[in-house]
Amino acid sequence: MGLNRLQKRILIILILLCLITPVGILLPMFFNAGDAWGEWSAQTIKDLTGYVPEGLAKYSEVWKAPLTDYTLNSGDNSIVHQSGFYIVSGIIGATITYILMLIISRIIVRNEK
Amino acid sequence: MHIPDGYLSPQTYIPLYGLFVSAAAVAVRKVKNAVSARNIPYLGMAAAFSFIVMMFNLPVPGGTTGHAVGSAVIAILFGPWAATIAVSVALIIQTLIFGDGGITAIGANCFNMAVFMPFVAYYVFRLLSNNPAKKTRVYFAAFISGYLSLVLTAILTAAEFGIQPIIASSSDGKALYCPYDLSIAIPAMAIEHLLLFGIVEGIITATIVSYFLRNETELIYSFRKVNKNGT
Repeated sequence: MGLNRLQKRILIILILLCLITPVGILLPMFFNAGDAWGEWSAQTIKDLTGYVPEGLAKYSEVWKAPLTDYTLNSGDNSIVHQSGFYIVSGIIGATITYILMLIISRIIVRNEK
Repeated sequence: MHIPDGYLSPQTYIPLYGLFVSAAAVAVRKVKNAVSARNIPYLGMAAAFSFIVMMFNLPVPGGTTGHAVGSAVIAILFGPWAATIAVSVALIIQTLIFGDGGITAIGANCFNMAVFMPFVAYYVFRLLSNNPAKKTRVYFAAFISGYLSLVLTAILTAAEFGIQPIIASSSDGKALYCPYDLSIAIPAMAIEHLLLFGIVEGIITATIVSYFLRNETELIYSFRKVNKNGT
């Protein structure tokens, strides 16, 4: 599929962005920041409030994502490894998102101009 | 801002699924003619951009983290309906493959970040800027559009969290889902987005809009004449 110059440039920028995504785990680590508000695990909720809400306990495990938390191995404590896993997750996720969006758009768009 | 499974009661997430699916159905109809086939690669890149930008978690020192979403810039450049589809695709992949956001909350998360946010962003931008020749004004409008849309989306998300203890508690008064009520959720989420994440969304929006303004002005959806479809 032919991409014009601007599109090629954007694609390169997106790839470069993927390569620097570990900033998104290193900065929070450096500033000692935890989960996003409202995105705590059941265990963290228990530590915060003293109990796990019944419904939260029931639903919180309904889905086991293959690459949970954008890592290939959550037990690995190496920052270098986690950064690598994060980059790999970014590339996998962005590529799937890109291709899926192209497919959906091809199906939807009827304006050939 | 990705609501996980277990934080929203069925009384909340089911209606939000309904709202999201209805909006997505309209988006499909609108995008059919409003987007030109030669711009399809941009839509793919927009969705991928949204996915990537959400990986850049930013810290509130000693506190929580958050991130920009990218919905505002996509809405300004390619229209709010295209943004609905692009950001939804990114959010659904994040949920299914990376466990970021819950399966039961896909409707809520997509409604918040892929429907509400791009529409707020688009109309704020249109309200503040309608002339691509006035560049400073365009940058300002783009910044405010990104800033305000993310902050308001955070407040909407906080409201969905905060109503849970009111609508779903057990007989002994314990919350069944999100345990924090509106008085905690709204200030917590509003302040961090007002002071940090909203500013980042604003800067990203203004930077990319300015880039397109210099290179590909005629591509920018928000500056096209209102056409006969009213889109």
